[in-house]
Amino acid sequence: MTTVALFVTCLVDLYRPGVGFASVKLLEEAGCEVVVPEAQTCCGQPAYNSGDRRDAMAIARQVITAFADFDYVVAPSGSCAGMIKHHYPALFAGDPQWRIKADDLARRTHELTSFLVDVLQVEPAPARFDGTVTYHDSCSSLRELGIQAQPRALLGKVEGLALRELKTPEACCGFGGTFCVKYPEISTEIASRKAADVAATGAGTLLAGDMGCLLNIAGRLQREGHAVKVRHIAEVLAGMADGPAIGEPQS
Amino acid sequence: MKSTAHGFKENARNALQDTQLRDALSVVGTNFIVKRRLAADALPEFETLRDEATAIKNRTLNELDLHLERFERKVVEHGGVVHWCIDAAAARETVLSICRSVNAKTVTKGKSMLGEEIGINPFLEANNIRPIETDLGEYIIQLADEPPSHIIAPAVHKTKSQIADLFEKHHKRPRSMDGEALVAEARAMLRQSYFDADVGITGANFLVAETGSSVIVTNEGNGDLTQTLPKIHIVLASIEKLVPTFEDMATILRVLARSATGQQMSVYTTVSTGARRAEDPDGPEQYHVVLIDQGRSAMLGTELQDLLRCIRCGACMNHCPIYHAVGGHAYGWVYPGPIGAALDPALLGVAEAHHLPNASTFCGRCEEVCPMRIPLPKIMRHWRERAFEDDIQPVMQRTAIRWWAFLARRPFLYRANTRLAMWLLHALGKTRGRFKSLPFAGGWTAGRDLPAPQGGTFHAQWAAKGGRTK
Amino acid sequence: MNARDRILGNVRSSLKRGEPDAAARAAYDARFDTHKRNTVPAHAKLPHADLVARFIVEAKAVGASVTQLADAGAIADEVAAYLREKNLPARIRVAPSLSGLHWGDPALLDVEHGKAEPSDTATLTRALAGVAETGTLVLTSGPATPTTLNFLPDANLVVLTEDEIVGAYEDAWDRVRGLGATPRAVNFVTGPSRTADIAQELILGAHGPIDLHIILLAKG
Repeated sequence: MTTVALFVTCLVDLYRPGVGFASVKLLEEAGCEVVVPEAQTCCGQPAYNSGDRRDAMAIARQVITAFADFDYVVAPSGSCAGMIKHHYPALFAGDPQWRIKADDLARRTHELTSFLVDVLQVEPAPARFDGTVTYHDSCSSLRELGIQAQPRALLGKVEGLALRELKTPEACCGFGGTFCVKYPEISTEIASRKAADVAATGAGTLLAGDMGCLLNIAGRLQREGHAVKVRHIAEVLAGMADGPAIGEPQS
Repeated sequence: MKSTAHGFKENARNALQDTQLRDALSVVGTNFIVKRRLAADALPEFETLRDEATAIKNRTLNELDLHLERFERKVVEHGGVVHWCIDAAAARETVLSICRSVNAKTVTKGKSMLGEEIGINPFLEANNIRPIETDLGEYIIQLADEPPSHIIAPAVHKTKSQIADLFEKHHKRPRSMDGEALVAEARAMLRQSYFDADVGITGANFLVAETGSSVIVTNEGNGDLTQTLPKIHIVLASIEKLVPTFEDMATILRVLARSATGQQMSVYTTVSTGARRAEDPDGPEQYHVVLIDQGRSAMLGTELQDLLRCIRCGACMNHCPIYHAVGGHAYGWVYPGPIGAALDPALLGVAEAHHLPNASTFCGRCEEVCPMRIPLPKIMRHWRERAFEDDIQPVMQRTAIRWWAFLARRPFLYRANTRLAMWLLHALGKTRGRFKSLPFAGGWTAGRDLPAPQGGTFHAQWAAKGGRTK
Repeated sequence: MNARDRILGNVRSSLKRGEPDAAARAAYDARFDTHKRNTVPAHAKLPHADLVARFIVEAKAVGASVTQLADAGAIADEVAAYLREKNLPARIRVAPSLSGLHWGDPALLDVEHGKAEPSDTATLTRALAGVAETGTLVLTSGPATPTTLNFLPDANLVVLTEDEIVGAYEDAWDRVRGLGATPRAVNFVTGPSRTADIAQELILGAHGPIDLHIILLAKG
């Protein structure tokens, strides 16, 4: 049996644990055994993108160590997977010993939908979702990892689901990690363009593979009074989209 | 040009409230992007050419000294002069002394970002020489007394209505809202200037070592009139503009216009080699290349060298969500958009320009479309690291990041703290599902609702379920 | 130290290079004799008849007009007809290289030769080459082909022969090099002047010619 270590990501851990359990379900249904190493917190991207290279390296070493012994590491996030795959090796460019370990982890690490489609190549367990959805490609998934077809292939197999594409699916949502609070007015402006694009599709639900984008777009859609529901793609693929969507009343 | 890059936040805030600017910018996010895509897709070799163009420029920069020496030798062989200028001040003085040698009253100018960088126009004006911008976009913003807001479309921030107002005021003719009429009006107004000018100043897209030629790439033809009709042609060029041969230039030309405007080729690619020959009936009697370092040589051999490949096509800003939102003026200096965010700190200092590389979502689209494959996000990150090391960022931001990192490195402490925080947020927010406002999250909630967390953390629930952790 | 030596010194110290010796300089200069090409797009490497066809298509696509004539004998009638059609005055400034053209008796048009003057509304000049990949004309400065002819008038008419059409810019540079000394100006012209500086609306005739008319001769 394939053992997969789940890199939960901080936003899924803290904000939407259900996405973690949906990921586990998808992986288990695909025949994997899922392990969640305890010594994980965050991939270090907030520090790295803020110019705090020393802390980013310290966190990266912690992740590299925690995930050293697994064949595969899977994250329900293009952003965190991109951090591990592309930026960890860059962080240790001047440290051959850690560079080898970073390269090794980078090779073993995959974003969830890409892992299901490209690595496991198994037919997902049948899921059903009645409604029209649109899909937002996170910038890191799309441009750092080249993930575009994989989530669509998986959604294409969900019964009852119709996908309606955004007019500019390659445009950023304005989240940008710490950017969204460092330059909130600009971030909001970019988010409102994305929200307008989402609303214009007429889809009832927006899906994406990254919690950062989802929180940002959901926040803007809801501020503007749109009724579009916002979910992580894993929830729909795993048939776990029954509960409240992001930002919806929970009691 | 005087920088207001330190005031980026304020500049951006003002820009976001400018509805005319929003109207004007709306075309950038669609027009340029679609046209570039179509042009790139129509050329099967496009990606190969990008690789080759990048490699050409890398090789050139790695032996720039040899290219510069040959370039000068060839300029002189063709009857021209090269003026080596270590910085902007030296360049301004050089231009002034050439202008004074013919008692110049007016100079016509083709578009030159380097001209903006060294502030040539205000300097000439202060010395009683009138510079007349002839590129239509530059002419418009000269009338408006504004700097360019885009490196190839300097007046892209102006609506047609604003331009009509400017022309009415300055040309004293009836106001027109017809594009063709406005262009014809500017053409007529500027025509005599080319003949009256004593000196024509242009920039350079390339300097070619092979023959000592300077090259301008334009669409309007103003640069050609500017450099052909006056007695003196002055070329402003920075040292990284060198390419070895015409074959190398051909490769870069194939990616330049496609990346910039989506044209296969700009209308006029003009290669100038020296002054008018004895038997020539037209052309300038004197040909001067003002060859400017202004910080470039110091970038060689460093992580910033990649920036010297830039061919100023503007594709990065055309694809930048920040640029789309705030336009070019908010950046506060000559080069806006991603190239400005990466280059301006090198030329202005990171203390002045630290906002620019920080104000990026790292969406990566600039790097994806840069024909010269400049790793713009990587260079922006370099500046963020410099700003962090130099303690330039706001104390709150630094403290928050360091505190987060402190916790992230201590998983058990992290879990205890985050569990508590998420429990609290969930308890407060679960009924409505989200927050309209929240202390300490004002940046977020000013323009967005903040979704409430689902409740519990994944790790706690996983542990409670007895899930495998090793 | 003068600015030249300072800049070259800074470049060398940044690149961690010493000053090159005579052998290195000679090897460097020798490279310029090879005219080595990088990748040339396949569409620029077609059989000649296809290149001629592509040149016409591409030139028209960027807003130039193209007329094909059998030989130079038909130029005068074509120019006269073109000016009539464009409602331009019946006069033309002609490049000295085309001084052998016969303009009829009595002359169809008011014809003057030499560089362009401010009052010229139409000019007729001669191209060195046409580049098929983008429908680009290559014009060179010189006593027989003044540069101002290319830029000052409202309408620029350019004579080109089919055998002067080449595939790629590199081929055109070989033709320029074939002239011997590098001309003061080499103009690659791809369509008539244009601007999009007013609200991104594409408008022809910003400062250079509003009309570019290519007279393509089957033989010279």
